[in-house]
This record gives sequence, C-alpha cells and structure tokens, in this order.
Amino acid sequence: MKKEFKVITELIEENSRVLDVGCGDGDLMKFLLQNKTIDIRGLEISKKNVQNCLSKGLAVIEGNAENDLSQFPNNSFDYVILSQTLQAFLNTERVINELLRIGKRAIVTIPNFGHWKMRLHLLIKGTMPVTEVLPNEWYNTPNLHMCSIKDFFNFCEKRNIKIFRSLALNKEKISSIDLSNLGIKNLISDLGIFLIENK
Amino acid sequence: MNNLSKIKNIIVKNTQKLDCGMEISNFPLAYETYGKLNEKKDNAILVFHALSGDQFASGINPVTNKEGWWNHAVGAGKPFDTDKFFVICTNVIGGCMGSYGPNTIDSNTKKSIGTNFPVITINDMVNAQYNILDFFKIEKLFAVTGGSMGGMQVLQFVSNFPDKAQVAIPIACTASHSAQNIAFNELGRQAIMADENWKNGLYEKNNNNPDKGLAVARMAAHITYLSKKGLQEKFGRKLQESEDVKFGFDADFQIESYLRYQGSMFVDRFDANSYLYITRAMDYFDLTKQFGGNLSKAFEKSKTKFFIISFTSDWLYPTSENRDIVIALNAIGADVGFVEIKSDKGHDSFLLNVPDFLDTLKNYLKTTYLNLNEKRI
Repeated sequence: MKKEFKVITELIEENSRVLDVGCGDGDLMKFLLQNKTIDIRGLEISKKNVQNCLSKGLAVIEGNAENDLSQFPNNSFDYVILSQTLQAFLNTERVINELLRIGKRAIVTIPNFGHWKMRLHLLIKGTMPVTEVLPNEWYNTPNLHMCSIKDFFNFCEKRNIKIFRSLALNKEKISSIDLSNLGIKNLISDLGIFLIENK
Repeated sequence: MNNLSKIKNIIVKNTQKLDCGMEISNFPLAYETYGKLNEKKDNAILVFHALSGDQFASGINPVTNKEGWWNHAVGAGKPFDTDKFFVICTNVIGGCMGSYGPNTIDSNTKKSIGTNFPVITINDMVNAQYNILDFFKIEKLFAVTGGSMGGMQVLQFVSNFPDKAQVAIPIACTASHSAQNIAFNELGRQAIMADENWKNGLYEKNNNNPDKGLAVARMAAHITYLSKKGLQEKFGRKLQESEDVKFGFDADFQIESYLRYQGSMFVDRFDANSYLYITRAMDYFDLTKQFGGNLSKAFEKSKTKFFIISFTSDWLYPTSENRDIVIALNAIGADVGFVEIKSDKGHDSFLLNVPDFLDTLKNYLKTTYLNLNEKRI
C-alpha cells in the first residue's frame, strides 16, 4: 500500500531515528530512506525477510517483537512504526507499551475490522470475513487480535495514550478522523493510521 | 612443508606491549592479499582467520597446496569479491604460517622459540595486525570480518580502533569465551601436552613432533564444529570397509576413519605449540570483562556499521551468544543488522557452501559499498 507509506513518511520529521517493527522485506524502510533523511532500523521475525532486507543493505535484526523490543533503551527512537502488524501479537497491550517506551512516539496502522464489508460479510454470510486485505480463513489466520478504528480509539482513551494524529485511508483517499466523524470513518475506511504517545 | 618462500611478510619495527606485560618488536607478520587496492583506498577488507586458519584465505595455499580456508567467500564473483575489493589476510601472531610464533627460529639459539614464546591474547593479535594498515597506507578499511576466533578479532578491532572500519562483520562468534569453549580447548591442550614428544614445548621441528597429541586435539575439536544432525546424515552408523564390525579397535565406523583422517591432515600443516597458544588466546577473550562488565562500552566510540551472523546448528558459538553482541550494540543505538542462518552444518557453516549465508553476505557487501562509497549525493 504505497499510500500508507506516503502518509507515514509525512508523519515523520527529518533527521529522526526510526524503528520499523515487523519491517517485512524492507519496502517501507526503503521508501522512507528515499524520501526522508532519517536513521532507520528494522526488526523482523522471518529469516527470509531479514536476509532480503540485509541484501538491500538495510540495518535489520532478526527477532520477535513480543520479546526482543526489551533490548532497546527507553526513548531510543523518535518514532517506532508498527505497520499492519498489531493484530498478529499474542500480547498486544504489552507490545504497544513497549513501542511507547522505546519510541518518543509510535505510528501504528491497523486494518479496520469495522469496515462495512466486514460487518456485512458476517451479517449476511454468518462466517468470518475474508477480504483482499485480510485473505486468511479463521483457522489459518496469523491475526489474533483484530480491531476496528473505533476499538483503537477507545483503547487509547482507556490506557491514557495521546493520539496526535489519526488518519483514515479509504482506497486512495486520506482523511482525518476525530470524535465527530469516528462512526462514519470506522464504517468506510480500510486502514487507520495513528500517531500516538504516552500522556 | 615447502614453498615457504611464497610467504609474504612485513617486519613490525614498532614495539608492541603485550597483555602479559612483555614487549615485542622487529617481528614478522605474514600476509596475503587478493584483488587490487583502488586509488581512493576505500575498498580494503581485512579478514581475520580462525584457530586453524592462516593468511591463505582464497585460491590455493602455496605451502599446503590445499584450497584456501575461505574459498567459498573470498574470490572473484564471491561475497568478498576480489574483482571489486582488496582482501587482506594476515597470519595471527602465535600462528605457524610465517608470523611471529612459537615455531619462529630464535636467532641466538637457532632453535624454535617453543614455549618460551609469550602467552598472547586476541587483543595482542589484533594490535599486531593493525600494522598492515600502515604498510598499505590505508586510512580506513571498508570492512573487517572473520568467523569464530576471526569474529572475536573483529570485535576487538572495532573496540581498539573505532574509526578504522566502515563495516564490521563478525560471524559465528562470541564476546566472551564460555566455560564449554574453554573446556574443549583444554581437552585439546591436554592431548598435546600428554604426548611424550611434546617435551614441555621444546621439541624440534620436523623431528619427533607431538603429532599424536595434536591429531587427537584436532579430532575432538572437529566434532565441535559439526552438528549432531549433520554427522548423523553424513555418517550414521556406516561401516568403513567390511560388512560387519571387526571386534577390534581399528576404525570400524566411517566417522572414526573420517576423524583420524582430519587429525592426520592437520598435523602436516599445524604446529602443536601454536595450537596451545591460540586456544589460550581464545580462552582469555572476554571483551565484556575488558569493559567492566558492559559490552556496549566496547563499541560506544565507534560509528562502524555491524552485520552479525549466526547459524541455527552452531552449538559451539550459539545464536544466543551472537545475539548478546546485537543487544549490546542496540543498547547504544549502533547501526546493526543480524540474522541467524538456517544450516545443519554446525559451527563450520561459515566455511562451507551455505547459499543463504553467502548470498546474503554478497548482496549486503555490494549494496553497502555502493551506499557508503560509490553514491555521491
């Protein structure tokens, strides 16, 4: 999703230190390096992906975000990015706490389970939704903790996490989310992008 | 051994103070190079060899007539591509391929120095090898690299000379030799010292060497370089020649004969005293202790980019110990990449044809050299 990359790039200030958690094969890291002067590291669980990243000269370490974020000191990055990976963790809450500990701010993007297609799928078909963004069946999905944009809003409020920017991506269109349009954005957006920090 | 005349060396004039307190000067440091140093002198890679290695990393070793120990990684079109990079490898001090070591002839007595050679450390080895940079007038290396003991030298090098390498690639190593590592080394040393030909290390070369002890040391060590799975797949319980066991102590099993062969090949090219000195240097290696228990401090003055590699089946220098180095580097925000390569070939994986390892390394070097030295923004 190139649009998502662009939005993330715009949220990041020049000359900052960035960590991409679950960086995959390094596409976002490369995109950021091409468009911003930043110092960026990656953490990735799959050996194949890590080898690909290193082949591209990216500073990526093999590791599991659930355990290996603990090695980074407090506030060691300006931004910690978690792009469409939050739903795959066993202990989601702990991972978010870690992101906000090691990063001054975190950028979290989530595939929106509140999208009307999801709702309709479950309502009409009565089976777990399978879409382009979330192509797995319930029995083989790596996504353990799906949430909607509204869920994430509520979570941040409960946990005293400050949302600096919240953006919705619907196809290629970007818009801001606030409390007044949360209901509709939660219904029509594919992806939520949040810039957060501890209060 | 013949063709000793094909060994190149420099004579280090400077006085070097060793960790044991002794001083050495005017000593030989043997080296070999592959590829060409470019005009900007920014394409040099210093390769550190492991316990049983030498300066002949690539091509054919002119002394043993065997393939260089890192032929899979060093050469034209290989990861350390000699069409592009200038690869330097020196024999460690304490070694036996032309550098100052226990088999160096004492000019006064005309005999080998033997165990009158001082006990050296990884730090001493690295400080001696640093002289090769002056010799080639290289201000900054593109990379320092090595596996096993070579990796330890990489760590020590960056710590001692924080601004002398753009990239550091320690492979399958540790920042602190473990009790198990020391135990295996001690086993090898005891085998050598138990050989009646050892004579407290004052045996004369080519004349009743402690070959039996050295061969046993090599056999034991060789097992630690392989994985159980690798051994089982290659040898299993296969018998050497006959249909059944022979109820004796000759080599019934293929694994026995393989190890005996490894032992016998090794004594032809290696000096028993060198084996004692180099294993001792490895055992004394504890970079964490050198920095008061905080490994991060070893690297905090450096801007060197690190790439650390371990192997899944390496139980001698396991991933956890390599990861400790990564953790220390992350703690100071260093630029570090790390991957554990899947391989059944044990610790020896770094020397063998492991495509995931070699491909990743090759692409990493190519891209990183491009990013650091070729792109002019």
